[in-house]
Amino acid sequence: MSDKANLPPYISFFEQVGEVGILLGRTLRNFFRKPWEGKIFLQQLEEIGVRSLPVVSLTAAFGGLVFGLQTYMGFHRYIGQGSEAYGGPIISLGLTKELIPILVGLMVTGRVGSAMAAEIGTMRITEQVDALFSLGADPNRYLVVPRTMASIIMLPCLTLYGDIIGITGGFVYNAIMGVNRTLYWRNTLMYMEIWDVLTGLFKALVFGLVIAIIGCWQGLNAEGGAEGVGRATTRTVVIASICILILNFFLSRMLPATLG
Amino acid sequence: MIQIVDLYKSFGEKKVLKGLNLDIQKGETVVVIGQSGSGKSVLIKHMIGIVKPDKGEIFIDGTEICCLSEDEFYKLRRRFGMLFQGAALFDSLTVGENVAFGLERYGDYSEDEKQKIVKESLALVGLKDIEELMPYELSGGMKKRVGLARAIAYRPEIILYDEPSTGIDPIRADAINDLIIRMNEEMGVTSVVITHDMVSAYKIADRIAMLYEGRIIEEGTPEEIKGSKNAIVQQFIHGQAEGPIKEW
Repeated sequence: MSDKANLPPYISFFEQVGEVGILLGRTLRNFFRKPWEGKIFLQQLEEIGVRSLPVVSLTAAFGGLVFGLQTYMGFHRYIGQGSEAYGGPIISLGLTKELIPILVGLMVTGRVGSAMAAEIGTMRITEQVDALFSLGADPNRYLVVPRTMASIIMLPCLTLYGDIIGITGGFVYNAIMGVNRTLYWRNTLMYMEIWDVLTGLFKALVFGLVIAIIGCWQGLNAEGGAEGVGRATTRTVVIASICILILNFFLSRMLPATLG
Repeated sequence: MIQIVDLYKSFGEKKVLKGLNLDIQKGETVVVIGQSGSGKSVLIKHMIGIVKPDKGEIFIDGTEICCLSEDEFYKLRRRFGMLFQGAALFDSLTVGENVAFGLERYGDYSEDEKQKIVKESLALVGLKDIEELMPYELSGGMKKRVGLARAIAYRPEIILYDEPSTGIDPIRADAINDLIIRMNEEMGVTSVVITHDMVSAYKIADRIAMLYEGRIIEEGTPEEIKGSKNAIVQQFIHGQAEGPIKEW
């Protein structure tokens, strides 16, 4: 530990990037190797997916409502009364491509990424990870692979669910404000492409990978008792959140705006 | 059977093992004694590959373990059982699932066979009808015994015990000593035991090795250790605060 502490920060940074890279490579390789830990995978699907539904519902609903509010205000103020129905495609595009994947990513980081770091970190400091190894279970296959697989499957599912809730929230606000509902939906369906939704789902898949790998990496490297587990948990939330925000920009930049 | 040659290991700036050498023969029970923090647990974790050495070699039946492939290492680990210092039971599994964990990975047993072996292993450590309990429902001593049942369930050839009697009442501790001796005599198990409990060490050991400042400074039969001329060994086995060991 003190060796790492004595390293110049830039070397320490690259060392940590290397550690994550090795963990990622090993995990992806183990995706296709037996034995699969099916029971743990199903538990993680439930933990990451089903149990995140309330928090995703809440954030997506209010994200949609506030996006609907601002879009309504913008059209109403700058273009004029009656133009608000043209806000539908903007709300849907903004939500599906940017806001919902980011919100879901950050919420799942706080709820699940931190829990992964805490659980695996506790296993690490109580020698349970060593015990896995001694009993013939590769800690990567037993702990990291099921969590990563479940995370990259459930994040897009949660995002798709969040898209529906968010778009509904945006519509509800506009409907309450008296916007023409038929025109609103017609515009939304006319200008929105399936690609917009797929872009958001692809981002969510990448965020799912980031959350699981960083949570597991921090957990597997936790040291120093309860304080160390606390540090691993905090670092997971900070590092994963920053990675999600940075990656979101580059993914938005790299992914084509439309398929056409 | 196990040969450790010139083993070095550091954690950061702390040099734990500094050229340690130790030979363990098949079927014998070797007890490693030494101060807390002297590197005894690190030593046995090297034998099973949990910790990798900075320098030095570990041979199991003549095979150097550092260069083994993942599959070869898996087969090697099948030969080992390990009791961890804090038992290291899996929090999310029941006692029965904990004990059956190694059986599921190291053998091809039917569900009935597994249940039978789990019951037998728990009975060997003096426990019964606790298969459905979770680890948090057990006392420290019970956890330790379940950890031991888990380590012996798949009948490994070599068992590594990290402080088997710590946290257990003297009567149970003596029963654990008897179990270690029985495993050794009846099943030919090779045992490496870490302990501070000299009563236990004298009872179970074929040989005792004392680890001090990263090296084995003395090894011999219990009688030889009792009669050692080394002042450090004498201070440790008699548990005296005064003597050449100043750091404690």
